[in-house]
Amino acid sequence: MSAALDIPTLWAFIIAFAVFVYVVMDGFDLGLGMLFPLFPNKADRDVIMNSVAPVWDGNETWLVLGGGGLMAAFPLAYAVLMPALYTPMIAMLLGLVFRGVAFEFRWRTQRERNRWDVAFAGGSLLATLAQGVALGAILQGVHVEGRHYAGGWWDWLTPFSILTGLALVTGYCLLGATWLVMKTTGSLREAAYRQSWWLVIAMLIALGAVSVATPLLDIEYANRWFAWPNILATAPVPVAVAGVTFLLLRSLARRQDYRPFFLSLALFALAYAGLGISMWPYIVPRSITIWQAAAPANSQAFMLVGVAVLVPIILAYTAWAYWVFRGKVDAESGYH
Amino acid sequence: MFEGLDAVVLARAQFAFTMSFHIVFPAFSIGLASYLAVLEALWLATGREVFINLFNYWLKIFAIAFGMGVVSGIVMSYQFGTNWAAFSDKTGPVLGPLMAYEVLTAFFLEAGFLGVMLFGLERVGHKLHFLATLMVAIGTLISAFWILSANSWMQTPAGYAVNGEGQFVAVDWFALIFNPSFPYRLLHMVLAAYLTTALVVGAVGAFHLLRDSHRPGPRVMFSMAMWMATLVAPIQIFAGDQHGLNTLEYQPAKVMAMEGHYQSHPDGAPLILFGLPDQDAASVRYALQIPKLSSLILKHSLDAPLAGLDSIARQDWPPVPITFWSFRVMVGIGFLMLGLGLFSLWSRFRGTLFRSRPLHLFALMMGPAGFIAVLAGWITTETGRQPFTVFGLLRTVESASPLAAPAVASSLIAFVIVYFAVFTAGVVYILRLMAQPPHHGEQGPRGDTPSRTAGITPAPAAIASRRFG
Repeated sequence: MSAALDIPTLWAFIIAFAVFVYVVMDGFDLGLGMLFPLFPNKADRDVIMNSVAPVWDGNETWLVLGGGGLMAAFPLAYAVLMPALYTPMIAMLLGLVFRGVAFEFRWRTQRERNRWDVAFAGGSLLATLAQGVALGAILQGVHVEGRHYAGGWWDWLTPFSILTGLALVTGYCLLGATWLVMKTTGSLREAAYRQSWWLVIAMLIALGAVSVATPLLDIEYANRWFAWPNILATAPVPVAVAGVTFLLLRSLARRQDYRPFFLSLALFALAYAGLGISMWPYIVPRSITIWQAAAPANSQAFMLVGVAVLVPIILAYTAWAYWVFRGKVDAESGYH
Repeated sequence: MFEGLDAVVLARAQFAFTMSFHIVFPAFSIGLASYLAVLEALWLATGREVFINLFNYWLKIFAIAFGMGVVSGIVMSYQFGTNWAAFSDKTGPVLGPLMAYEVLTAFFLEAGFLGVMLFGLERVGHKLHFLATLMVAIGTLISAFWILSANSWMQTPAGYAVNGEGQFVAVDWFALIFNPSFPYRLLHMVLAAYLTTALVVGAVGAFHLLRDSHRPGPRVMFSMAMWMATLVAPIQIFAGDQHGLNTLEYQPAKVMAMEGHYQSHPDGAPLILFGLPDQDAASVRYALQIPKLSSLILKHSLDAPLAGLDSIARQDWPPVPITFWSFRVMVGIGFLMLGLGLFSLWSRFRGTLFRSRPLHLFALMMGPAGFIAVLAGWITTETGRQPFTVFGLLRTVESASPLAAPAVASSLIAFVIVYFAVFTAGVVYILRLMAQPPHHGEQGPRGDTPSRTAGITPAPAAIASRRFG
């Protein structure tokens, strides 16, 4: 388990960063879609849509960076994982098609608006489930021979991958609900507060279930977490989860509109760190390490220059776009 | 339905299908983003209301088209891995970075500023809003730069070596990015995008002029679009010719397929205008041809020898019938565009630009022609590259994922159903917007949110725009 900071290691962190930014940004976005059926009122739905319409496209761009970056920096991993995750990937893409077009389509029709609302909710649910299932399928490992995926096209479907799929659904819903708490007012916010309570509890159960199930998948994972002295490094993660959960519940009780969203993101960050601890240094668990999958050094170095220069700029103008559309949204006045 | 087809054929069908749907949207949004930037600049410079009305009118259409481009584009970025895993493994080290740079320099720029462009005029003020529009327009062009570089490398690979794992690796990034066919392809595609948009804008203008030739909005957009067609169509024909000569130098088999030249012609090759290429018999049936003209076009000499496919191993032949016909469709439409441009120029000098019904009917008919030409051009160049993914180096059959045919067939069916359902609806919504003329106090993409508009426009306009929404 080398920790020397070479270029493949840097790239593993960059891809992990891109995926995390994606989860942070599109997570609440997809969560809003899944919560849509709970808000049957058109005015509420308009507000929910408007709260994210200016930024959803940028959010999904991180997914493209995750995929494109993986192909560029770790082509072998991309070539093995994509066929292994064939069905969930296609399902995710189709889900994203439905929900993405709904942002514009539902404003262009009175008669068919309901249809695009269903597409928005259904597409969001399908994309989220598929992402969660894909995560579980990666964790449980895929069958590799030589430089190829050698399993079948249903290998990804196991109780564990369904569990991770459901866990991600609850997690994204929590992000969506706390986003609404932050961005809305009136009865919409009240409903979001109530949903947030239930979703925190659901997310804790899901997180706990995945945490129990993962070490059972493979003795490697169990050793990684529980063997001495690793436990000294891993124990802070569950402790921090407990702490953040306490703060999150307290902020919901005290009705501090802005905190629950960021504390929910902190929960995600911790879960993500836990995932990193489980996987490191494999990019395809127990088959391919980041060094085996790495593109030649000059390819990785060529892109590293671009990432170093451009990602800070991207983050700056993305932050600006969020700043432009800051504050609460309501039906009366769009943004104000 | 798919019995007897292997996974590679299905994967090719899927790529062709999803790509054909996708390319229509960027081809339109590259041109439209630039047009919107021009309209906003004209509005800021002159303060004339007609320009902001046109800007908001086309912005609504842009929002829908761009959204469809984004979602169909995400599919493309993952399809390399799902269906073409071997290709991704082998070319990832050279093509991956180009695509990563596309994401970093173009996609984020477009997406980051799109929200402000669509919804932010009242929040950020005129100057910053124009900056946002400009960034989106520049983003679409940067995106074209990288993706066409990647595509051109597959056609005319340069600056690479092959490592022990069979992967292509970069030796010279500059040579790799600016590979021999890239400048030609980039120019040809960007001009195609501009022409496509001009034809759409022109057709919408013509449609409304046919009903009422006095409206200011349709007049302005029709005039602008016809200038574009007049000036750019001839340049495009010249650029296409240069691109063809470049192809002759680096991918002669593709040109042979485009020309239908199964046989070599040692003393001057004929230009086959039309005919039915028969791949099995290796001949073009019912060929209508002009002697020696092909040599004149391609070699600038009537008697120059031109090799045919008989000089190339049969397993390296591209499928001639598709390449031959798609090329003719593209070229035919190109000359129709030239004709439209000249017709409009003539009408302009006679002072009948806004009154000539034949011109308006012609322009209306040419509305979708740009899309057909773009698709035909892409089919020509991609089919002409077969049977390789990386020309001469990596065969298509060696590029596919190790997938079972039922898996690929199922996803293909799913894509076909979803794309037709979703994108048909989108096109209907766009056509519905186009069916209304731009009017006084035209609103942007959320014009039907009453409150947004209340402060700045008279109530009737807000009500009218809601009706149209």
